[in-house]
Amino acid sequence: MARHLWVGTRKGLFRFDEAEDGAWRIGATAFLGDPVTAILPFAGGRRVLAALDHGHFGCKMQLSEDGGASWNESAAPAYPPKPDDEVDLDPFRKTPVPWTTKLIWTLEAGHPAHPDEAWCGTIPGGLFRSPDRGESWELVRSLWDHPKRKLWVGGGADLAGIHSVVFDPRRADRVLVGVSCGGVWRTDDRGETWEQTAHGMRSDYAPPELAHVPDSQDVHRLSVCRGAPDRIWAQHHNGIFRSDDAGASWNEIEGVRPSVFGFPVVAHPERPDTAWFVPAVKDEKRYPVDGRLVVNRTDDAGKTFTALGEGLPAEHAYDLVYRHALDVAADGETLALGSTTGNLWVGLDGGARFVSLSSTLPPIYALRFA
Amino acid sequence: MATISFTANIQRHVTCPDESVSGGTVAELLEDYFARHPRARGYVLDDQGALRHHMNIYVDGEALRDRVRQSDAVAPDAELHVFQALSGG
Repeated sequence: MARHLWVGTRKGLFRFDEAEDGAWRIGATAFLGDPVTAILPFAGGRRVLAALDHGHFGCKMQLSEDGGASWNESAAPAYPPKPDDEVDLDPFRKTPVPWTTKLIWTLEAGHPAHPDEAWCGTIPGGLFRSPDRGESWELVRSLWDHPKRKLWVGGGADLAGIHSVVFDPRRADRVLVGVSCGGVWRTDDRGETWEQTAHGMRSDYAPPELAHVPDSQDVHRLSVCRGAPDRIWAQHHNGIFRSDDAGASWNEIEGVRPSVFGFPVVAHPERPDTAWFVPAVKDEKRYPVDGRLVVNRTDDAGKTFTALGEGLPAEHAYDLVYRHALDVAADGETLALGSTTGNLWVGLDGGARFVSLSSTLPPIYALRFA
Repeated sequence: MATISFTANIQRHVTCPDESVSGGTVAELLEDYFARHPRARGYVLDDQGALRHHMNIYVDGEALRDRVRQSDAVAPDAELHVFQALSGG
């Protein structure tokens, strides 16, 4: 089956199609001029879900049933009425947390045992579940109403948000979410109860007494090895962490060159010791170290890293790769990498070399193989 | 009756024809309109029913005062204009 690569950008959605000769070309566009913040092509079908941020008019959802040839607006995730007596203040600013969708940050298809489900992480921190593959959404109240949710704060954004939803293929009742900033939350009963599991994570930018507090951890992205799901990788504001127990605890990986800072991580679908990262200058500057863009790959669970740069700009590159703009295809060998500068590359042979697909796209927010 | 009209910019997302509406407050006029055009609601109001941050409603040339509940009283023949602050890039 021909492969596709969906690319959500600040100014529209692009579908790249892989030809028989291995070339990737734009086969469809949609929403040109409008920000597309998340994209979810469902497996084995023609359904695709796209999240738009219309600014003045709010966040909306669009659904295609024909692989992106046509689109219709569907229900967007919406927060329930905020009780008049609800005290819900941002811990930093002491201003009310708005119970309204500010950004649709991530979309995920459900666990394979629940193929009709979809999940959505938003700013200001609400997790939404869809029982009908994205046609309707309901806030997961058990997490939103958890008292510790009110400890969450914004990282790069003004308000906290959920950017990662990962599943354990062995357990249909388990879901993990990553929060910036609010650590890692895990349920083992399909969302009835939730537990903070960012134990072992560390924030060296926080006051010393807060450095190891799980609820204050700024996780940037989580990625699970589907073939060995005890192994989960985390790119964190402070560095790289690895879980060997399905996210119950975390081990810090230190001394990573050229930088341990970054936003995205993708785990190899089958090999738990392999994962890819995109390092950047820590932490507010956020561009490739020495202007040389590389993808960092480990094949030994983080003991060593190889900086992969063949085909990527070796100097004067100021591309930042956002947390949802790195993906690996099902073959575990083909990568895709999109940047804030509008560069898009496909990486071959596990990233041994990269091929440019475009250098003129709008800033890339999210991409995904299908 | 009062009349309501919408910015041209909203029309590419959801069709919002100019119409006559009835009610004693801006909220009631909007409810009357959204009952006939339910998709328009989410483009004008947020999840809590407040006017979206970068939207504006003018009532007979005056900016809406109660952006949270739109409780501003209106004359029977009021003219409402719903538009947005232009920004972005």
